[in-house]
Amino acid sequence: MRILVVAEHDQGALKGVTLSAVGFARALKDAEPEILLMGHQVGSLAEQLRRYGPVWVADHEALRLAAADRYAEIIRRVAAERQASMVVAAASTFSKDILPRAAALLDGTMGTDVVGVQEENGQLLFLRPVNAGSVVATVALMGEPKVLTLRASAFKSPEPGEPQEVHPIAVDPTSLPNLIEVVRRDSKTSSRPDVTEARVVVSGGRGVKNAEDFERIIGGLADVLHGGVGCSRALVDAGVTSNDLQVGQTGKIAAPDVYFAVGISGAVQHLAGMKDSKVVVVINKDPDAPAFEVADYGLVADLYQAVPELIQKLQPSP
Amino acid sequence: MKILVTVKRVPDPDQKIKLTADGRQLDLSGLPCVVNPFDAIAVEEALRIRERSSEAGEIVVLSIGAAECEEQLRTALAMGADRGIRVDTPAAADPWNVAAIVQAVVAREQPGLVLMGKQAVDDDSNQVGQFLAARLNWPQATFASKIEFVDGHAEVNRETDSGIERVRIALPAVITTDLRLNEPRYVSLPGIVRARKKPLEVLSLEALGVALQPRVKLLGVTIPTSSRAGTRLRDVDDLVQRLKELKVI
Ligand SMILES: Cc1cc2nc3c(=O)[nH]c(=O)nc-3n(C[C@H](O)[C@H](O)[C@H](O)COP(=O)(O)OP(=O)(O)OC[C@H]3O[C@@H](n4cnc5c(N)ncnc54)[C@H](O)[C@@H]3O)c2cc1C
Ligand SMILES: Nc1ncnc2c1ncn2[C@@H]1O[C@H](COP(=O)(O)O)[C@@H](O)[C@H]1O
Repeated sequence: MRILVVAEHDQGALKGVTLSAVGFARALKDAEPEILLMGHQVGSLAEQLRRYGPVWVADHEALRLAAADRYAEIIRRVAAERQASMVVAAASTFSKDILPRAAALLDGTMGTDVVGVQEENGQLLFLRPVNAGSVVATVALMGEPKVLTLRASAFKSPEPGEPQEVHPIAVDPTSLPNLIEVVRRDSKTSSRPDVTEARVVVSGGRGVKNAEDFERIIGGLADVLHGGVGCSRALVDAGVTSNDLQVGQTGKIAAPDVYFAVGISGAVQHLAGMKDSKVVVVINKDPDAPAFEVADYGLVADLYQAVPELIQKLQPSP
Repeated sequence: MKILVTVKRVPDPDQKIKLTADGRQLDLSGLPCVVNPFDAIAVEEALRIRERSSEAGEIVVLSIGAAECEEQLRTALAMGADRGIRVDTPAAADPWNVAAIVQAVVAREQPGLVLMGKQAVDDDSNQVGQFLAARLNWPQATFASKIEFVDGHAEVNRETDSGIERVRIALPAVITTDLRLNEPRYVSLPGIVRARKKPLEVLSLEALGVALQPRVKLLGVTIPTSSRAGTRLRDVDDLVQRLKELKVI
C-alpha cells in the first residue's frame, strides 16, 4: 500500500511533525511510505527526509510559498502517478488548507485529525476526535485515495535509516493553477519552541491581565524550563497574545511532557488542545475551576504570586 | 455582490454530550442547538461587507439537513440575511456530500462569494470549504481573520500556525472564517419578527440533481475520560519538588 506523506516546512526548517506522519505510515501493514516535498530551494530538506523514505521533490520558484491551489495540484499529480492509496500529513493550518483541496481533486475521501487506526476484516478504521475532543469517533472512509491529516502527538517519529532515492519532479509553472497570490507572510522569529514541538509548554489564560504580565510571568516560567508558551482563546480575543499561540479545538494541539495551564478555567475547547500532554499542572485561584479535573497536579493560588515565586525557585543558582 | 453563506445546525458547544443508553451513538435528544459559531461569524461578515459597500447585494443563507435546521436559518435571517434555503436530506450529510450540495446551490444562485465557517464544531472536519473551492475550480482563502476588497479582488488575512498570511484572490471565491474575523451581532426582537416574513425555500436533492454518496461512515463513538489524579499541591515548594521528581528541572 503506497502512502504519500506530504512534508511541511517553514523558513527553511523541516517541521518535526512531518516525521510523526511518516511514523504513522510506517506502522501500517504492507506500507510503502514515500515523501512529497514541495517548495523552493529545498535540497537540504530532501537530504534530511531521504533518511525516512524515498522523496519526491517539486522544487520551483512558483512553489516558494504554499498556495493551496498549486500545492493541491502537485499533490494530485504525484498521488495519481504513484497510485497512492493514502495521502497523509501532520494536522496543521498548512495541511488543513491544502489536503482537503487535493482530496477533492483526487475524488478521494478524507479524515481530519486522525489519532488512531484499527484493522477490521481487512478494512482500515480511523479514530478521530469530534465535538472539541469530548467524543472520539470511529469512521470508515469509503473510496480512494484516503486523505488524512494526523495528530502528530498520537504517532511516534521513526529512527532515521539508510538514505533513499530522491526524485525531482519537473514543474512547469504555466501548467499550474494561479488562483491564489500570497501577498505577505509573517515571518515570526521566536526564541522559544512552538507549542506543538516543545517538551514543556506554559500556557496563560484570562487570569493574566496584559501583554507585559504575559511575557514576564508565562514567558518567564517557560524560559527557566526551556519551554514554549501557549494561551487560551480568551487572551487572543483580548489582544494580549497572538493567534498562533492559541491551544485548543481551533488552535494548536500541544502534547508536551509537562503542560502548565495558568489562569485558564478549562473550557472543553481549550482542553481539546492539551489533553494528550503527559503531565498537566494547573495553577488557578478558583478551587472549583474545571481545569483541576484534568490536572495531575493542581495548585490553588494567585498566579501573580505563585508563578514569580516558582520562577525564582527554579532559577539556576549562580 | 450576492453572497451565499452556509449555516450548520450544531449542538450547543457549551453543553455536555452524552451517549445513548446502548453506548453506540451520541444522545442528541434534548440538547439545545445553535448556529455553528464559525457560521454565525460568516453571516456577520456578509452583513458587514454589504453595510460598508455602496452596491446592494443579496445575502442568501443555506442549511442542509432536516426541518429543524430552519431554526438556525431563521436566526441568520433575524441577524439580517435576506433569504433562506434549506436542502432537505434524510440523514446528516458528510462533508463530501455537503460540498456537492453547496456546489449545486452555487450553480443555481450564482453568488459572487461563498462564505462559510472553517469548521463545524460538531464534526470538526474543516473540509467543506476547500472541497467546494476545488470542485468549482475557484480560489479559496481559509481561516480568514480580515477580508477586504481591493480592485475587484478579495484580500484576506489568514490565521496560520506561524502567524498571519495575506492572500489576494479573484472573485468568485470561497472564504472560510476564523474566530477573530468579527463578533456576531445579537438578534434583535424586530429582527426576529422581520425574519418570520422572509422567504425560506426548501429544496429536495432531486430538484438539485444531487445523489448522496456517503464517503465517511460513522461506526462508533466513545467518550474519553480523564484518568489524571488531580493531586492538590500545598504550595510552590511542593510544586518545585514534583517538578524535580518529573525531571523537568
Ligand atoms: C467555536 C469556539 C472555538 C473555541 N476554540 C478555543 C480554542 O481553541 N482554545 C481556547 O482556549 N478556547 C477556545 N474557545 C473559547 C473557550 O470556550 C473559552 O472561552 C476560553 O478557553 C476561556 O479562556 P480562559 O480559560 O483563559 O478564560 P476564563 O474562562 O475567563 O478563565 C479564566 C480563569 O483564570 C482564573 N484566574 C483569574 N485570575 C487569576 C489569578 N490572578 N490567578 C490565578 N487564576 C486566576 C479564573 O479563576 C478562571 O478560572 C472557543 C470558543 C468557541 C465558541
Ligand atoms: N449540514 C450543513 N449545512 C450547512 N452548512 C454546512 C453543513 N455542514 C457543513 N457546513 C458548512 O461547512 C463548514 C465546514 O464544515 P466541516 O468541513 O464539516 O467542518 C461549516 O462551517 C458550514 O459552514
